[in-house]
Amino acid sequence: MDELERRIVNGLQGGFPLCPRPYAAAARALGLAEKELIERIGKLLSEGTLTRFGPMFDAERLGGAFTLCAMSVPQGEFERVARLVNAHPEVAHNYERAHRFNLWFVLAAAERTRLSKVIQAIEAETGYAVLDLPREREYFVELKLSA
Amino acid sequence: MNALDEKIVRATQAGLPLTAEPYAEIAKELGVSEQELLSRLQAMLADGRIRRIGAVPNHYALGYAANAMSVWNVADAAIDRLGAAVGALAFVSHCYRRPRRLPDWPYNLFAMVHGRNRAETQRHVEAIKEVLGDALNGFDTLYSLRILKKTGLRF
Repeated sequence: MDELERRIVNGLQGGFPLCPRPYAAAARALGLAEKELIERIGKLLSEGTLTRFGPMFDAERLGGAFTLCAMSVPQGEFERVARLVNAHPEVAHNYERAHRFNLWFVLAAAERTRLSKVIQAIEAETGYAVLDLPREREYFVELKLSA
Repeated sequence: MNALDEKIVRATQAGLPLTAEPYAEIAKELGVSEQELLSRLQAMLADGRIRRIGAVPNHYALGYAANAMSVWNVADAAIDRLGAAVGALAFVSHCYRRPRRLPDWPYNLFAMVHGRNRAETQRHVEAIKEVLGDALNGFDTLYSLRILKKTGLRF
């Protein structure tokens, strides 16, 4: 990543304009040409520096129900339990973490009642308890990962 | 959410077209005017359904290899004020209040922290500790070891 790409990644994490020629407007603010900005964003996407370029939605506010779940699973059982959990289509993300609670996943469904059913099913299938930790409040976060 | 907004989410969640007039292109696809699309996007941005519009970087590609979920047991009376202060720190990407589940889980504040290595991430955790001060009753740091599934949230 060169200096220009660094400026693009740092300067364009939000505020992309809502106007007919947004790349031209954003490019002007960064001191480059529209075509150059479009090409550089394409390069950053294709090499994986950016995962996406566009609107970032708040899934919870779009509707639907979400929760964060945690399980404490013994090492010898971990792979089996992870497979059983992942088999549910409502499991969106699942991470192994270094902690007594070592399995952390996000459930997404149309309704809250569906989330409870999936949690009950996972507990019955695996034999381990699930901590249900829904978000109660989000604290405003300004995006600012610097490249 | 109305039917047009749902179509807009589906048409843009993978990203905007890399063409000079990306909104005109999407509007054409959806059979609405560019002006209507822009005003719906503006409304979703205003009410928080869209957090922001722009580049979504890959943490790992930027060199942020030590990503941790820091969890904090914060006095209830102070959590909303302090949660906002923690969310404002430069290295925190998400900050949420969640319920305690006693006795197993005493933590009610979650902050995702990103560092280039564990030493840097530890320094960030120390900085959060200072912000929380006397309202803090214990904390833990959970490093991610492995992504077991990542399908993203699709509509």
